[in-house]
Amino acid sequence: MTQDLITILPELLLALYAMAALMLAVYTSKDGLTGLLTWTTAGVMLALAVVIALREGSSTAFGGLFTEDAFGRFAKVTILVSAAAVLLISQRFMAKRGIARFEYPVLITLSVVGMMAMVSAGDLMALYMGLELQSLALYVVASIQRDSLRSTEAGLKYFVLGALSSGLLLYGASLVYGYAGTTLFSGITTAVQGDMPVGLVFGLVFMLSGLAFKISAAPFHMWTPDVYEGAPTPVTAFFATAPKVAAMALIARLTWDAFGGIPGQWAQVLAALSVVSMFVGAIAAIGQKDIKRLMAYSSIAHMGFALMGLAAGTAYGVQAMLIYMAIYVTMNIGTFAFILSLEKAGQPVTDLTSLNQFAKREPLKALAVLVLMFSLAGVPPMLGFFGKFYVLKAAVDAGMTWLAVAGVVASVIGAFYYLRVVFYMYFGTTEGDVESRTSPVEWLALIGVAAVVLLAVVNLFGLEPVALAAAQSLVG
Amino acid sequence: MNIGLEHYLAVAAALFVIGIFGIFLNRKNVIVILMSIELMLLAVNINLVAFSSLSGDLVGQIFTMLILTVAAAEAAIGLAILVVFFRNRGTIEVEDANVMKG
Repeated sequence: MTQDLITILPELLLALYAMAALMLAVYTSKDGLTGLLTWTTAGVMLALAVVIALREGSSTAFGGLFTEDAFGRFAKVTILVSAAAVLLISQRFMAKRGIARFEYPVLITLSVVGMMAMVSAGDLMALYMGLELQSLALYVVASIQRDSLRSTEAGLKYFVLGALSSGLLLYGASLVYGYAGTTLFSGITTAVQGDMPVGLVFGLVFMLSGLAFKISAAPFHMWTPDVYEGAPTPVTAFFATAPKVAAMALIARLTWDAFGGIPGQWAQVLAALSVVSMFVGAIAAIGQKDIKRLMAYSSIAHMGFALMGLAAGTAYGVQAMLIYMAIYVTMNIGTFAFILSLEKAGQPVTDLTSLNQFAKREPLKALAVLVLMFSLAGVPPMLGFFGKFYVLKAAVDAGMTWLAVAGVVASVIGAFYYLRVVFYMYFGTTEGDVESRTSPVEWLALIGVAAVVLLAVVNLFGLEPVALAAAQSLVG
Repeated sequence: MNIGLEHYLAVAAALFVIGIFGIFLNRKNVIVILMSIELMLLAVNINLVAFSSLSGDLVGQIFTMLILTVAAAEAAIGLAILVVFFRNRGTIEVEDANVMKG
């Protein structure tokens, strides 16, 4: 029992912290405490990330319900660091719009606890509990600007489609339980060996569809553009980072830990999701005029690429997916630090054309955005290119050359709209009128991420061996 | 006639499909969508209890308890979001949730 508690110590501490922070804020100065809470929350998350990164080995707790291994640690560190970064860059925006409520850092913390439980799930029940803890907090966060029609509508749409996806996932889980006779991943692994009942395949497909909603993979992406556009920009920034990593890691966990014996059954499903997502993301983004909608389609396309790594069905594919997700999150934090800073006469602006001739007014920031956009498009030698390189190589190595070719084509189409942002900034014909006001943290996030994106060409900051260890602990 | 597992599964599948159609075909009211979501979750519960009693394994029924509690929390949050949406929009018709065109 004590050993179990030690295994889940980081999650336990974060959950206790969330409750303590909530009590403290409710019984003292409420929203006056938001600034302090945001900084402490980010600090606690970063400290836990260090603690988790220093752990070694792998263990299970509570009779296999919870798995602690290098794969989970990689995902958790990515989640914690990106959540802390998003909290810090969103402070100025939240305060200015009057939505700096103390519930925001608390809800983000609770959803992060859910994500950490998700990526460590060793059982269908633990999986469901983590997923719902994450989702329920995020539904509220999406509609946190409660006097805004757009924000509440985004929350409503996110809730309805999120609940639908939970329903699909659960229906799949019930079939898997029925035909495998257990909810433990280790038990399911034994059940799928040899003759596999058709009910299990149905269950697996239902569960994958439910999870595809959560990572907004096409054709389950229809909520993404609306929710990204309607939610306040800091919330959008959060949606685009940590939950995506968690859901993607959960798919890897489910497919490998529970259905690792039959990659052929799920690799085809994931490959199909991957192709559709890449093309929907690349083509539908072309006509977008709102930069948040553009980022929504961008994230759909990126999820397609990350799924390509998983679809390969190899340990190298899992490693490629992990590297891709870490790179994707880094680039998105930088890009959203920029989007958060855009305003006109004190009001936030998300219109693409307002960026016209931005480079003349803010050469350094424009250069940083140029680097980020090139990286998102996957232009070498930026960081984004390496992410794409790893997943394409994984697909080719696994004999899925058609998938890799489709990925390259989609990437070329997608480059158009990233480059269009750069075009507006440098060669826009009319004078734009947008200002970019950054707090020091936002400035650091934007310029720092751009620098990271450029400098990582040297050795990816040692990401590769860490991701390799993580992938090996999952695939074995 | 003996009522076996397949009958329970058929009922659950029918309820589940009704729930999904309730979400997508319903053009009237968001409350109906909340009811459809509950219907889907209850279909899952029927599945789980049927499997559980057939195999004599209690885990399925524990899972059902977990789903019931989470569904209650989900409904509470859904209704809360619906209330703030109603305050801003003045209506809860599904077709009026259209400020953003997706």
